[in-house]
Amino acid sequence: MSVFPKKRRFSGLGLVKQALKHQEGWQRMWRSPAPREHYDIIVVGAGGHGLATAHYLASVHSQAKVAVLEKGWLGGGNTGRNTTIVRSNYLWDEAARLYEHAMKLWEGLSQDLNYNVMFSQRGVMNLGHTLQDMRDIQRRVNANRLNGIDGEVLNARQCKQIVPIMDTSGRTRYPVLGASWQPRAGVARHDAVAWGYARAADARGVDIIQQCEVIDIVVENGCAVGVETRQHGRIRADRIGCVAAGNSGVLASMAGIELPIESHPLQAFVSEPIKPILDTVVMSNAVHGYMSQSDKGDLVIGAGIDSYVGYGQRGSYPVIEHTMQAILELFPCVSRVHMNRQWGGIVDTTPDACPIISKTPIENLFFNCGWGTGGFKATPGSGHVFADLLANGEPNELTAPFALDRFHSGALIDEHGAAGVAH
Amino acid sequence: MSIDPNYLRANQGFRLADGGRIDRGDPLIFSFAGRRLMGYRGDTLASALLANGVRIVGRSFKYARPRGIVCAGVEEPNAILQIGGREETQTPNVRATEQPLIDGMVTRPVNGWPNADADLMSIFGSLGGALMTPGFYYKTFMFPASRWESYEWFIRRAAGLGKSSKLPDPDRYDHMNHHVDVLVVGAGPTGLAAALAASESGKRVLLIDERSEAGGSLLWSGDADKYAWGEAIDAMLPMQWVANAVRRLDANPQVARLTHTTVTGYHDHNFLTAWERRDDTCAFSGSDTVPGTRQRLHKIRAASVVLATGAHERPLVFANNDLPGCMTASAVSEYIRRYAVIPGNRLVVMTANDGGYRAAFDWKQAGREVVAVIDPRHDPDSSAIQQAREAGITVLTGSALVEARGRKGVTGALVAPINKLATFVTGDTRLLACDTIATSGGWSPAVHLSCHTGSRPVWDDAAIGFVPGPTTERRYAGGSLLGHHALAQCLADGTEIGAQACSVYSDEQREGSIAASVPQVQSSNTTEAAPMALFAVPHPKPSSRAPKQFVDFQNDVTAAGIEQSTREGFESIEHVKRYNALGFGTDQGKTGNVNGMAIVARALGKTLPEVGTTVFRPNYTPVTMGAVGGAHVRELFDPERYTPMHRWHVKAGAEFENVGQWKRPWYYPQGNESMSEAIAREQLATRNGVGILDASTLGKIDIRGPDAREFLARVYTNSWAKLAPGRCRYGLMCGEDGMVMDDGVTACLADDHFHMTTTTGGAAHVLSWLELWQQTEWPELDIFFTSVTDQWATISIAGPNSRALLDELTDDIDLSAEAFGFMDFRTGHVAGIAARVFRISFTGDLSYEINVPAHHGQTVWDALFNCGERYGLTPYGTETMHVLRAEKGFIIVGQDTDGSVTPYDLDHGWAVAGNKPFSFIGKRGMQRSDCTREERKQLVGLKCSDPNTVIPEGAQAVRDPAQPIPMSMVGHVTSSYYSAFLGRSIAMGVIKGGLKRKGEKVYFPLADGRTLEATLCDPVFLDPEGARGKV
Repeated sequence: MSVFPKKRRFSGLGLVKQALKHQEGWQRMWRSPAPREHYDIIVVGAGGHGLATAHYLASVHSQAKVAVLEKGWLGGGNTGRNTTIVRSNYLWDEAARLYEHAMKLWEGLSQDLNYNVMFSQRGVMNLGHTLQDMRDIQRRVNANRLNGIDGEVLNARQCKQIVPIMDTSGRTRYPVLGASWQPRAGVARHDAVAWGYARAADARGVDIIQQCEVIDIVVENGCAVGVETRQHGRIRADRIGCVAAGNSGVLASMAGIELPIESHPLQAFVSEPIKPILDTVVMSNAVHGYMSQSDKGDLVIGAGIDSYVGYGQRGSYPVIEHTMQAILELFPCVSRVHMNRQWGGIVDTTPDACPIISKTPIENLFFNCGWGTGGFKATPGSGHVFADLLANGEPNELTAPFALDRFHSGALIDEHGAAGVAH
Repeated sequence: MSIDPNYLRANQGFRLADGGRIDRGDPLIFSFAGRRLMGYRGDTLASALLANGVRIVGRSFKYARPRGIVCAGVEEPNAILQIGGREETQTPNVRATEQPLIDGMVTRPVNGWPNADADLMSIFGSLGGALMTPGFYYKTFMFPASRWESYEWFIRRAAGLGKSSKLPDPDRYDHMNHHVDVLVVGAGPTGLAAALAASESGKRVLLIDERSEAGGSLLWSGDADKYAWGEAIDAMLPMQWVANAVRRLDANPQVARLTHTTVTGYHDHNFLTAWERRDDTCAFSGSDTVPGTRQRLHKIRAASVVLATGAHERPLVFANNDLPGCMTASAVSEYIRRYAVIPGNRLVVMTANDGGYRAAFDWKQAGREVVAVIDPRHDPDSSAIQQAREAGITVLTGSALVEARGRKGVTGALVAPINKLATFVTGDTRLLACDTIATSGGWSPAVHLSCHTGSRPVWDDAAIGFVPGPTTERRYAGGSLLGHHALAQCLADGTEIGAQACSVYSDEQREGSIAASVPQVQSSNTTEAAPMALFAVPHPKPSSRAPKQFVDFQNDVTAAGIEQSTREGFESIEHVKRYNALGFGTDQGKTGNVNGMAIVARALGKTLPEVGTTVFRPNYTPVTMGAVGGAHVRELFDPERYTPMHRWHVKAGAEFENVGQWKRPWYYPQGNESMSEAIAREQLATRNGVGILDASTLGKIDIRGPDAREFLARVYTNSWAKLAPGRCRYGLMCGEDGMVMDDGVTACLADDHFHMTTTTGGAAHVLSWLELWQQTEWPELDIFFTSVTDQWATISIAGPNSRALLDELTDDIDLSAEAFGFMDFRTGHVAGIAARVFRISFTGDLSYEINVPAHHGQTVWDALFNCGERYGLTPYGTETMHVLRAEKGFIIVGQDTDGSVTPYDLDHGWAVAGNKPFSFIGKRGMQRSDCTREERKQLVGLKCSDPNTVIPEGAQAVRDPAQPIPMSMVGHVTSSYYSAFLGRSIAMGVIKGGLKRKGEKVYFPLADGRTLEATLCDPVFLDPEGARGKV
């Protein structure tokens, strides 16, 4: 059952009706409410993960009094500045289950939200350039297959068939030897994900409060009881979930805890729009670059992270140069296409390149962070499992392996090879 | 087919008879959309198209509306063309207003079918336009769910601008580094004055401008006498002053100047990138030989940066303002004065400031009709208006041009009186017939570069625009970038900031004491009326019902669309930008952004500064990807490293494997041998006689200092206290997490001198790891590291005959088992060359590793072959090396380990010394509770039940092959080979609890449907007692 009354539901027919009314009848997608004094659950951070958390809290767990606090504008952090790749071909069981959980939610997300998030399963190819790359690819695809995740190993000729513009001649510095291929993987429209979740959560009564910066987490007797905000003073809550990506460490320190997280700049850039030349996503760890083409026609290219830590949403130029060189190595034909814009985001990296979805030493304070360079793909899954953690107060079998204590016990889920970029 | 130039010349119906900075003696033939046209050297592609009467240069991407040239410079949103004569040099999305005309140039619009003049898509555009509101695609195409990718197929094909080539680019690109005292960006009046002032200090100055010549706005200035709007500088014509300034700068050896070069990015610490267009003839010459560098990326580190980037004129927003024939007022002036091109015959000007009047004067001067100047200001008074009226030009004040009329171009302008605040129409409209509309809403300072490092621009009411905000960089700004549009002010600004920029670190050149004098300006424009802050012009109907009022031409963003998005709750300017794609185009919103913000402000009842700007990002203008990559592509992408014996391997027919940057012989096929045959031959020859391996790629680090031994004990897991000089030891290196990171043999040369070897791929990382710990954690240790990988050639000979072979080549090393035991190290001579010989083995057989200075490597290699024949000396590559070591259960870090394996998991507990006085890296990590579990994945041998079947590497193991998917996996195969010597397949893998489960079976369900069965065993398949190596 849709939460939207018929008049507010989006459809092709609705577009026609609005056109007849000169577009003057469109309603707000979300309210701009004043915060209440108390909420059952406060989610800090209105990025994709935070909004998804709120949506599933309201829709799955029937939590009515939920607020999402955002210091800027919703979807304005890494949600709106990533390269929009969605895949679930992770190596380790724990990670594979989590990302596949997300993948299954992606597959019905537009309908669930009544918002076309343009999830497009055009496939993701992870290239191998050395014999060891190919061993790792075999290992990962075999693991995926036995975990029920689609995947196959391609040779160079098969890669060329799927991506004709790629140089698979064998004459490049690091020839393409083959690839892993996940057909169900693809891309989605990042802004639409944030907006779709915001609209759906708002319709279920979630208060999304933008321009509301959390400046302190109020802890009484080892128990989090609310947040102090710059614009609206103290807001009390029974439970608090922080979903603030690169700024997670800052929030944690407000509560007096430390997270095993480093915040680094991660850059990306796009070309000008051109006619379609690339129908899928191509990623290469070894030469270090990845590329897809958006529906608008831009080539969307992901660069590496800078080795230094920082909170400025921009990185250093050599990273852009190296990535460009890698892209030209794979796609020498795009050399005359112009690069339009580059930007950076702040990624929260953990020692094992896996997220932290966890209780903390402070009671009623929870964190969902550490998604590093690859959080977008997990957005629905991350929100779904974090909502479960916030609603029940205890991890379920999907989230349990991602608890903070793994850094003490050593039960890491080392996924360094699975991300598109080196850490 | 030859075309009579006179015919083409005559066709330039919109070229003025004289004037312009073009060379009429140098006609250039080019084509547009298949039509042969002519222009002159000095033309841009845009000016040449206008000269030939080309009005429609493309179709808009969403509504397929006809579009013409709007601007004359970098801010142009519409004239985005495809250029290139052949497939390899196809270049999409070239801004015609910036592209110099080249003889033989082939150009065409990027959209429109069958052509841009008569685009059938425009039928969809006009019918569907009402449905294609902002974000319409988020609201539909959802049912049925399975159909989205089909809808998307059409969307993708309709979107996009030009086409990329599908063949490799034949052109070359490079990079150049600059280190200057003062970088001046922009060679208009402000930048020139700044460069002159800075150059007088003797500092190193770099002056960069995006146009083909210096002068900026002065390029279309005029003589004070000849033009109604003329100026003189120091009693010279403006362009004479420019020429004079350029001469002075070029004569100064400390000054460098770049034209056709756009500063595209301003990064932290005054690091800037600039993109130079050098030579584009390759695209049209039809030749495959590349004459030079097509484009160059300059990487500039400047002590001070002077930004004199000027401003872009804002067109006013009114109904149908995208019709071909609508231009900015300054563009009209620039085409007339700089290119002697008149874009039409009958002009209507709408301007909210005095500057726009200039277009009317120039138009009239060119002998064409000025229908009217529409001025939304009520009763403005200035010399410009007086002069206009004196010249007989109709000036309608308190009025606005509310709508353009026409189908494929402007044919009329609907004009109406408006209220003082310009918020609504107050009277009846009337139609003026015209073919060109020039508008000016004022000037938006080009603040882009000033914002790239995170500085936010601030609104300036006087400038009616955003100007650069505070910065932490040593950056100066002046001229129209600050909203100072008067020429005299620009020159004064430039002189001042040019001096300031070099005074900051010179004692004698304090601020204000600079000798440079400010050039003096004589102007015929004496009194000015205040400009009006007008962005979107009111229409008798609300914007939702009026004809489309375009804000961002390239992305078809309209005023109605922006208003709709605020209605839908998109209130942040970032949301509006993203929902509408405002400013997302290749022009990055240079003409549209401020107008868009003003419409948001109007819709939300806020002020413009409250709405604010979005974040400006590099690039200022798009840069070719080739230029960003520079020369580091193809063979220069990453250096190839060769061993001293590389040429020998090539001659011997080796197949090579990339290992890190190294090219290593993989195997040496003989005749028609298959790979497996070659491996078998190499393996048997080594096991039965003697094999030779080029091991020079192994990382080698020379470690010296009194604390060397202590340091080794801290970075390796095992003990080094008692390793005597002349002895070697295998060491395991772990990260702080206790996971194996690298391994290798280290020899003690003297008590304070060690020779460490690392894996080939890990060498650089290990060296920086050692340096990291020494420099940051243990600076008190007296120790030095030197990479000597390239200094030593390393030759490994292995097999029962290796001793006899080596014995033939050395006189001073006693090779007897008693004198030179296993894990011993000796110095002496091999083949007459001073050598370090290690008796170590990666095969399990008797083996020596001979290290000689790299330049002697080939000599020793050859000497070994000279005596090797009778011992059956056979070269083997990395693949055979892998098989030989796997037979002995020796690990390869990175193949048998993956960053999640402790020494105990490898059953290498013998290499961990728990009782060292100081701890070692990884000790605590490997003692964590999860790292000491019994059921961890542990390295074991695997024997496939079918000895002839090699289990594929990467195969995943399960205990119960009958279970349904998802299966419970217990490990995987890390190394797997067929051993010709053992006559069966062998494998190693990590299996949960493997060390205690030897003898148990596991199963490998493969992708091809087979399920293989294997038994867990000890990984040492050959000679478990180690007898073969200790003979």
